[in-house]
Amino acid sequence: MALDRWIALILLGLCLAYGYTAWFTMDAELAPFMRRNPIWPSTFPKVLSILGVIASLIILLGLEKNSSEVGEIDYRRLGDYHLWQALLLLALMVAYALGLRPMGFLFSTSAFLILGSFILGERKWHVMLPVALIATFSVWYLVQEVLGIYMRPLPGFLGG
Amino acid sequence: MLEGLLMGLTTALSLQNLLMVVAGCLIGTFIGMLPGLGPMSIIAIMIPVAISMGDPSAALILLAGVYYGAIFGGSTSSILLNAPGVAGTVASSFDGYPMARQGKAGKALTIAAIASFAGGTIGAILLMIFAPALSSVALLFHSAEYFALMVVGLSAIAAFAGTGQVAKALIMTLLGLIMATVGEGALFNLPRFTMGIMDLQSGFGFITLAMAMFALPEALFLVLKPKDLKGGEGEIKDMRISRAEARAIAPVIGRQSLQGFFIGVLPGAGATIASFLGYAVERNIAPKHEQDEFGKGSIKGLAAPETANNAACTGSFVPLLTLGIPGSGTTAILLGALIALNVTPGPRLMIDEPQIFWAVIMSMFIGNLVLLILNLPLIPYIAKVLSVPRTFLIPFILFFTLMGAYIGQNNATELLLLVGFGVCATALKFADYPLAPLLIGFILGGMMENNFSRSMQLYDGVAFIWERPMTLGLLIIAVILVVLPSYRARRARARAAGVAEGD
Repeated sequence: MALDRWIALILLGLCLAYGYTAWFTMDAELAPFMRRNPIWPSTFPKVLSILGVIASLIILLGLEKNSSEVGEIDYRRLGDYHLWQALLLLALMVAYALGLRPMGFLFSTSAFLILGSFILGERKWHVMLPVALIATFSVWYLVQEVLGIYMRPLPGFLGG
Repeated sequence: MLEGLLMGLTTALSLQNLLMVVAGCLIGTFIGMLPGLGPMSIIAIMIPVAISMGDPSAALILLAGVYYGAIFGGSTSSILLNAPGVAGTVASSFDGYPMARQGKAGKALTIAAIASFAGGTIGAILLMIFAPALSSVALLFHSAEYFALMVVGLSAIAAFAGTGQVAKALIMTLLGLIMATVGEGALFNLPRFTMGIMDLQSGFGFITLAMAMFALPEALFLVLKPKDLKGGEGEIKDMRISRAEARAIAPVIGRQSLQGFFIGVLPGAGATIASFLGYAVERNIAPKHEQDEFGKGSIKGLAAPETANNAACTGSFVPLLTLGIPGSGTTAILLGALIALNVTPGPRLMIDEPQIFWAVIMSMFIGNLVLLILNLPLIPYIAKVLSVPRTFLIPFILFFTLMGAYIGQNNATELLLLVGFGVCATALKFADYPLAPLLIGFILGGMMENNFSRSMQLYDGVAFIWERPMTLGLLIIAVILVVLPSYRARRARARAAGVAEGD
């Protein structure tokens, strides 16, 4: 089974779970006076779930002709591409998300930019360091001072 | 009207207001270029500045300049990075980005600048002429028709989303609509589908989703399969467009200025729908050999959404200025600013304070001129972004993606959602599912449900579908749009297999 039909299967499950909530469990918490309304919070989701199930079934059962041409990247041979770089960058993004508050904006951003370039194979430290630091400071200045959105600049233990 | 024009001209041409136009356009262009900061957030940030000036004309001129600038800047990042900063420029990346990849970034930016200028200017002329008349047309629309109109818009998007697989585009649209129902709806005050997670209470962030659908998969694809980002000196010499190209896009610009403007007038529609619909319409009426070009770097495919979204931005001022009803999120923010300045937009605005109305219209002409003069000479410098080595460019794209999601919500959980959705979107992209319909469904979901609910309440059920002929007509069009492509494909296959079929 091709990837697009696997995805259709997942989406079908998603629509069924969504539909189950909309049709059977959601209305239980509805206040009695709201039950007299022609429209309930679950009305629109009910319609969506039915349409979603139909559309995912069409793909899953292959009722619509499938284009079999290989896209920009052939997912069957993912190993041939720079898969590790992509996974490492994703991990770095997660680390950034978790570290942004506790470590402060300036440190985590410059670390993110430097490590990101490093993962992609850049080894010219004399370019990487100044670029990352200048970019970090100018973005921080722009967001904090010009736009007025507060971002904690320094790690918590330095009182930032 | 001539009197009003002259009055507006004297107000708009004062030194202070000229400076406001230039400043607004500049700020808007630069921030709009950053993926993630859309016109709504920029205008929201600029409101304190505008209000502190105290002069309603100057404030509105400044904010309108920011609005245009943001749309303009958004198209630049759509074309160069495939990272639309603004929902209204998503359609511009369909053909703009392939052009940039073919080394025609300069030409793409020129076409975008000219199309935007023409769309904005023609839109402003139309606004001047039709503002009073058009308000009555928009008034005829009832929530049932708005609902039906959105169904038509979404069906058109699903039908024309590209790969010719309507079911895939349809399920993506539905997925977007489903995601829009997560969180607390305005109508019910009841958290829905949050699975008890507090961070989902307010629903998914639009910017987060936009980043996850477009910027992140594209960046990951760049990592997985390095390709030469064409940049540097090569494409700058290509900035001029030939006479033949100008002739090719002229009718597109003409049609889309009108269509975009009228879509912009309808509350709830706006630049995003205008650009997608403009793209779909131009694709459908183009001759067969040009149709195949769409999505691969067609100049018509770039000119259409660029013209339409700028014309629609202008059009969205019609309900704001004449009825006091904001047609979009951005104009809603503008409405808030106006009320804070003690100006009540509405039918009496043109009678009580005509100088505001006319000054804003005049500033639109000046603003569009500023953008054209500002952006065209800057194009070679903007294109330099592409000559940055990928080892630097990719971390920066990822960083701006993260920043856009973070600034909008100021919530680190949003960043984890972004990464999670980005991975899902990449898998969907592997399997050839179109991603744009998901985002559009998500944007329209809330409005669509509200209008649906309102008509259900007014008609005590679904009777509005057959009791209002306009609604019924629009819904029938929507069904035809979805069914027709697969019917035609089936017939073409049957014909190819040698099976005769009665017409």
